[in-house]
Amino acid sequence: MSLVSETAELAAPLPGACAEPSMAGAGDYLALMKPRVMSLVVFTALAGLAVAPGHMHPVLAFFALTCIAVGAGAAGALNMWYDADIDAVMSRTADRPVPAGRVKPGEALAFGLVLAGFSIVFLGLMINLLAAGLLAFTIFFYAVVYTMWLKRWTPQNIVIGGAAGAFPPMIGWAAATGGIGLESILLFLVIFFWTPPHFWALSLYRTDDYFRANVPMLPVVAGSAETRRQILLYSLVLAPVGATPWLLGYAGLAYGAFAVLGGALMVALALQLYLASEKTAEPSAKRLFAVSIVYLFVLFAALLAERALGLQQFGIPFGRVFA
Amino acid sequence: MSLVMDQEHTEPGIVLTAAQKRQRRSRSIAIALALFVFVALIFAVTLVKGPGVLVRPL
Repeated sequence: MSLVSETAELAAPLPGACAEPSMAGAGDYLALMKPRVMSLVVFTALAGLAVAPGHMHPVLAFFALTCIAVGAGAAGALNMWYDADIDAVMSRTADRPVPAGRVKPGEALAFGLVLAGFSIVFLGLMINLLAAGLLAFTIFFYAVVYTMWLKRWTPQNIVIGGAAGAFPPMIGWAAATGGIGLESILLFLVIFFWTPPHFWALSLYRTDDYFRANVPMLPVVAGSAETRRQILLYSLVLAPVGATPWLLGYAGLAYGAFAVLGGALMVALALQLYLASEKTAEPSAKRLFAVSIVYLFVLFAALLAERALGLQQFGIPFGRVFA
Repeated sequence: MSLVMDQEHTEPGIVLTAAQKRQRRSRSIAIALALFVFVALIFAVTLVKGPGVLVRPL
């Protein structure tokens, strides 16, 4: 057999190697990045960046936020790659690009890894290594600790995993200052304690989905009554924690007012949900879920507005406890 | 030129449907836009940071 004919044989396509052309559009890749989650991440990171002491050049701030947004998108893509089997059996997620077959799992994985690499490397090169390290840890925590481990293993999945969603203000702060301040830790805690009431309220009226997907969410494992009790307990913790940036003098009166009123509303709705019968629990859970989104948005918007208008000096008389 | 390369391809290969072509075009445009934004961002940051663009705090 001549060399030429051998080469020709080698060059022939293997059976099944010729992949079906991709039907994924740009919108599918955008969907992989979970744009709604990404917008919340950018918003809270912006708040962390804006309230940080000192001045950051707007171009650098925009660059840092872009890196954080892309990093969040990477975590979302890696989550969708790994969770495709779960997403396929849940009505809320069945039409996501991977379970719907528009994006192949390998494409989603490669997309997530490339975005993660770019966002971390360029945040580190252009801003600082601490912010890049925190972003890397956040992506790892969400994609590996939460998605691959906690989510399928324990009903405390969203409690511990909620830390991933709580890091962005800390990353924003680190990008602006190169350090980690107490205020950024307080903002972390606000989101951390906000996550359980928010997601458990959602899971209360999506219990069938989680049951079908074999995900041990609290309502599936411990039932509706225990979930509603836990929601109330976490809301009772959230209300004062939400007010701590004001109580410790890091935020102004507007933030304080929204935190106190919003916290009270969250507790009231959680109490209403706790006392609701099985039949009336679903509308109460939906109401709490919707209000929890508004609550977090208003708190961080108040921080940003106070910073923009210079109203932080109208803080609590306790003064700034830790300078 | 080798004998293999001289041979004409008689196989039709993959023929994209109109929908697949549309999706490929949307992906191509998105990649182009992303590259443009990436280069513009790096350029802007380089201008802001000046010669010490890679000098950064911890």
